Amino acid sequence: MKAKRTVVTIITNAIAWIISLICLIPLLLIVFNSFKDKLSAAKMDLKLPAFPLQFENFSVVIEKGKLVQSFFNSMIYSTGSVALCLILSALAAYVLSRNATKLNSFLYMFIVLGITMPINYVALTKVMMFFHINNTRGGIILLYAAMQIPFSVFLMHGFVARIPIELDEAAVIDGCGPIRLFFIIVLPLLKPAVATVVVLTFLNTWNEFVSPLYFLGNSEKWPMTLSVYNFFGMYFKDWNLVCADILLTSLPVIIVYLLGQKYIVSGMTSGAVKG
Amino acid sequence: MNKNKTYPLWFAAGALILYSVLFVIPSLIGIGYSFTDWSSYSDELHFVGLENFKTIFSADENYIKIITNTLSFTLVTTVLKNGIGLAMAILLTKKIKALNFHRGIMFMPNVLSTLIIGMIFSSILNPSKGILNVFLRSVHLDFLAKQWLTKSQYAFGTVMAVDIWRGVGYIATVLIAGIMSISSDYYEAAAVDGANGWQKFRSITLPLLLPTLATTTVLNVIYGLKVFDMIYALTNGGPGKATTEVLYTAVFKKFGTGQYAIGTALSSVMFVFMVIIGFFMIRVMTKDEVQE
Repeated sequence: MKAKRTVVTIITNAIAWIISLICLIPLLLIVFNSFKDKLSAAKMDLKLPAFPLQFENFSVVIEKGKLVQSFFNSMIYSTGSVALCLILSALAAYVLSRNATKLNSFLYMFIVLGITMPINYVALTKVMMFFHINNTRGGIILLYAAMQIPFSVFLMHGFVARIPIELDEAAVIDGCGPIRLFFIIVLPLLKPAVATVVVLTFLNTWNEFVSPLYFLGNSEKWPMTLSVYNFFGMYFKDWNLVCADILLTSLPVIIVYLLGQKYIVSGMTSGAVKG
Repeated sequence: MNKNKTYPLWFAAGALILYSVLFVIPSLIGIGYSFTDWSSYSDELHFVGLENFKTIFSADENYIKIITNTLSFTLVTTVLKNGIGLAMAILLTKKIKALNFHRGIMFMPNVLSTLIIGMIFSSILNPSKGILNVFLRSVHLDFLAKQWLTKSQYAFGTVMAVDIWRGVGYIATVLIAGIMSISSDYYEAAAVDGANGWQKFRSITLPLLLPTLATTTVLNVIYGLKVFDMIYALTNGGPGKATTEVLYTAVFKKFGTGQYAIGTALSSVMFVFMVIIGFFMIRVMTKDEVQE
């Protein structure tokens, strides 16, 4: 009996390692090959890079791939839309949850429906042109924020409901106005939800490239994901450079993922699991 | 306390306006434009009635194939992600060493850009030099080494396989949270009654996990219908005529060639699909919140 259990334990552990390995292979490929020279990277295999490590791959792609510019663009798009989406969603979720009138419940549903709704990019160009925000950085920030609002409102709405309303009542009796009530009393208590929204919105906007594909004709305004794809188109034979570019582009999301893993999982599973 | 005064509606105005203007209005005027001959070739717009929809649903064009491609992509990936995800979730709720490491790694493909995943897999799946075929040949399974992305009979399956590879960790993560929310009392009681592992799974885990599985199914369906990145990066609709073309890649191509009216008509077909699914999804996702 005991022997059988040991065998089962070994097998389950082995399967878990195989799954993890399968998930890791592409990442290992990127890391290993970004330190190789052109010739050995052409094979794109899982051999460890030979010494000396080719650190100059990184300086080459930073220059040839115009990574400083695109990193700067991605940073503006992500931080701008995270901030905008966060403040608008928190305010909306707070009011719609606290004052659940018929109208507000309808407005909440109307926003949450956006989680499933596809964007009509073709018609969106008309709207963007109407407001003169086509092919501008501001337009992309507004668009990204709009895209993330439905899920963020949904996430915050559930959180606001768990903060006791007695807190608000006490503050109002003490003469606290609506703006101070929200920013000083409620918002600090929403910290876990805020963290989740920040991390998820950052990841989504960093990886997003469809909108720039439609709305940014000018390569100077491209975010990192789009310029890495463009770089791949030009240097597809130099896998060492392509991998170095990919690694630099993915580094921010990997760091954010490692730091904020807890929030990502809780955010992505909320609504799916009621514990 | 006057609720309308303490919680003024203008707090919600910013989110409502931004979302309506850049999200809802384009979808609605898009439906309007799908009854016109809007294109980049002329500045004039003419009302053409149902002409665009006739084109989409006519047998001479590829659009029916594109729609069925989208639906079969959605069906296959949904079923397999749920099935494999469930198996992984059960494995990763057992007593395993370095459990959190495995869970973290499994979720990793979801945080990488799909575009980048597509680029890496185009190398892995290269027929002559890709590590998959090199590996298969080295273990003398040459007959399995196929032209994964360039032969039309394999391309669609390959694209779906890569997408499952990417998405299954997310589904497994959701299901793990679902399994962990099941009270251990049930399992203890079942163990007292002498139930074996399979009986515990069938009579406890599966029925109590059904609501979670319903949600993962809905999430997968939404994702599948909207899929763009993965296909754009791997095959861009090819090889050959629309072998792996789906709705969103077709819309993008129509946009590129300036055939805006057909593009927006295709988007509108999808819009109607998705709004119907959306109503169902909101009922699933907000059901328990109301009870809180």
